[in-house]
Amino acid sequence: MAAKTANHKAWWLVAPVVALVAFNALIPMMTVVNYSFQETFGDNVFFFEGFKWYEQVLGSERFHAALGRQLAFTFTILVIEIPLGVAVALAMPRKGIGVSVCLVLMALPLLIPWNVVGAMWNIFALPDIGLLGRALNGLGLAYDFTQDPTSAWITTIVMDVWHWTSLVVLLAYAGLRSIPEAYYQAAKIDGASAWAIFRHIQLSKMKRVLTIAVLLRFMDSFMIYTEPFVLTGGGPGNTTTFLSIDLVKIALGQFDLGPAAAMSLIYFLIVLLLSWVFYSLMMRNEER
Amino acid sequence: MAIELRGVVKQEGGQIHIHETNLSLEKNAFNILLGTTLSGKTTLMRLMAGLEKPSSGRVFFDGRDVTGVAVQKRNISMVYQQFINYPNLTVRENIASPLRVARVSAAEIDRRVAEAAELLRLSPMLDRLPAELSGGQQQRAALARALVKDSDLVLLDEPLANLDYKLREELRQELPSILAEKGAIVVYATSEPHEALLLGGFTAALHEGRIAQFGPTAEVYRNPVDLRTARIFSDPPINTALVAKKGNTFHLNESVKWPVNDATCGLADGEYRVGLRPHHITPMRRGEGSIEVMARVLVTELTGSESIVHLDIGGHRWISQSHGVHAVAIGATETMYLQTHRFMYFESDGSLIAA
Repeated sequence: MAAKTANHKAWWLVAPVVALVAFNALIPMMTVVNYSFQETFGDNVFFFEGFKWYEQVLGSERFHAALGRQLAFTFTILVIEIPLGVAVALAMPRKGIGVSVCLVLMALPLLIPWNVVGAMWNIFALPDIGLLGRALNGLGLAYDFTQDPTSAWITTIVMDVWHWTSLVVLLAYAGLRSIPEAYYQAAKIDGASAWAIFRHIQLSKMKRVLTIAVLLRFMDSFMIYTEPFVLTGGGPGNTTTFLSIDLVKIALGQFDLGPAAAMSLIYFLIVLLLSWVFYSLMMRNEER
Repeated sequence: MAIELRGVVKQEGGQIHIHETNLSLEKNAFNILLGTTLSGKTTLMRLMAGLEKPSSGRVFFDGRDVTGVAVQKRNISMVYQQFINYPNLTVRENIASPLRVARVSAAEIDRRVAEAAELLRLSPMLDRLPAELSGGQQQRAALARALVKDSDLVLLDEPLANLDYKLREELRQELPSILAEKGAIVVYATSEPHEALLLGGFTAALHEGRIAQFGPTAEVYRNPVDLRTARIFSDPPINTALVAKKGNTFHLNESVKWPVNDATCGLADGEYRVGLRPHHITPMRRGEGSIEVMARVLVTELTGSESIVHLDIGGHRWISQSHGVHAVAIGATETMYLQTHRFMYFESDGSLIAA
């Protein structure tokens, strides 16, 4: 047997990727790490502060409140968007011209720039001039998302559902389409009920794509910034100030670079941790 | 018990999938639908099952018209080429599922599931999920699901096509005896002639949405009514050529000729299309009526147990199939023997006139 020859030339092939990742991810992140452990008053003068900023962020009421709002928001939109997406996918036609029509309609919200979505809903929902706002007030509802926290929350959630349910629909529809016709026939021959077909064939065949859908929607909604920023600017008060909006306020509004850096890293770790928990929970289900 | 198709036609969007078909299948026999892909096997099965409604014609079950009756009310089971099981249920629950729908008592379900699992050698795998089984075991589970209920009609649509060779052989041997105990009408679709021969029973040869011939399998194989049936029922493909009858001799060309026999002496002089199955061209003299021909070797396919050799015989590209491994060089000229007693003679419209 020939001796294994070491050939390190292959590393050169990987080098561009390593350089790219270093510049767009690692180096900026290390800057953040750097800030998170130090105090600066400008002029590139730094004082080492250890874990002070981390302790400050983790102990602050403000962070807890923003995290709580973030969790509540993400949980709510997942609970609405996933079942709604599956339901819409099930209701979509399986063949004919309707398929293309539905797919294009579904893809539309996904093609609109995020800040435009925010602006659209802002104008749409304004209580004095917006179509939705005027209509609701005309019905006698006290609706004003600029003043009333409940209105603001409902509007933000409806906007997100409008914007992102399509993604779940498209994924679920792709999952549904991949089920061979024979499964439905076999179930029909068995005399299985519509519920049994959904539960034992459609849902279990969609498991994999739904895992992806939940993960994508979780990560995206947990980092939501643009749409609520344009819609409500985090208000009224702080009631729709989610983590990323709060982070920008601290970093750019107050220019507290140390706490902002510490918060960034904590934020990042939370997303990473929750994604991992989600993923391993769902994959364990998958394998069982 | 019998299922009967009377004048059944299936037409979809101006295209005829099944031409007017009359067919009666009895229980306690393997009924085979033999044909190439798109010959209409699956459509015919779906019509029998009631998964599709015929465009015209009626379907009778035991003399009862069941044409419009929904599939779930017909007490049938079906096994597909793909391995179809509920992915999130264990093998046990999969097998039990038709019984649960039929509201059979728990004790009875346990008994029958155990019985079906025993029959298909799935007992050790009852608590696994389908994805944890091999392809052969998954198909066994699907078969068990089809057999666990007392169906009147069991439809098997190329159930072995996706299995590997060894498993296919194994299940093919077991299937007839497993199904024989059911007392149901069994319909089995296949595209492989030797599978039909191995399974026996009755065969309906399908060609482009028509039943070319129906009868006992061996009978259809030996006496095809026409060239189409002979083609459907021959793998490797049957060898054909135009020959001229002059007096008491058939001429393939100048040098290859053979005398008439009892069956063919009455034919008028003229041109006939002949068919000769590949295993009737052999490298050794076999049977009376063998004639010697010189053949140039074009292609050879040697499997472990047989040799398939493509030959140029008098300008015709013919195939010889023989037992054992006969190493022949490509391009070489070999002496081969045609068993002229085995020639089938067809009229210009394709119907058989002598064999």
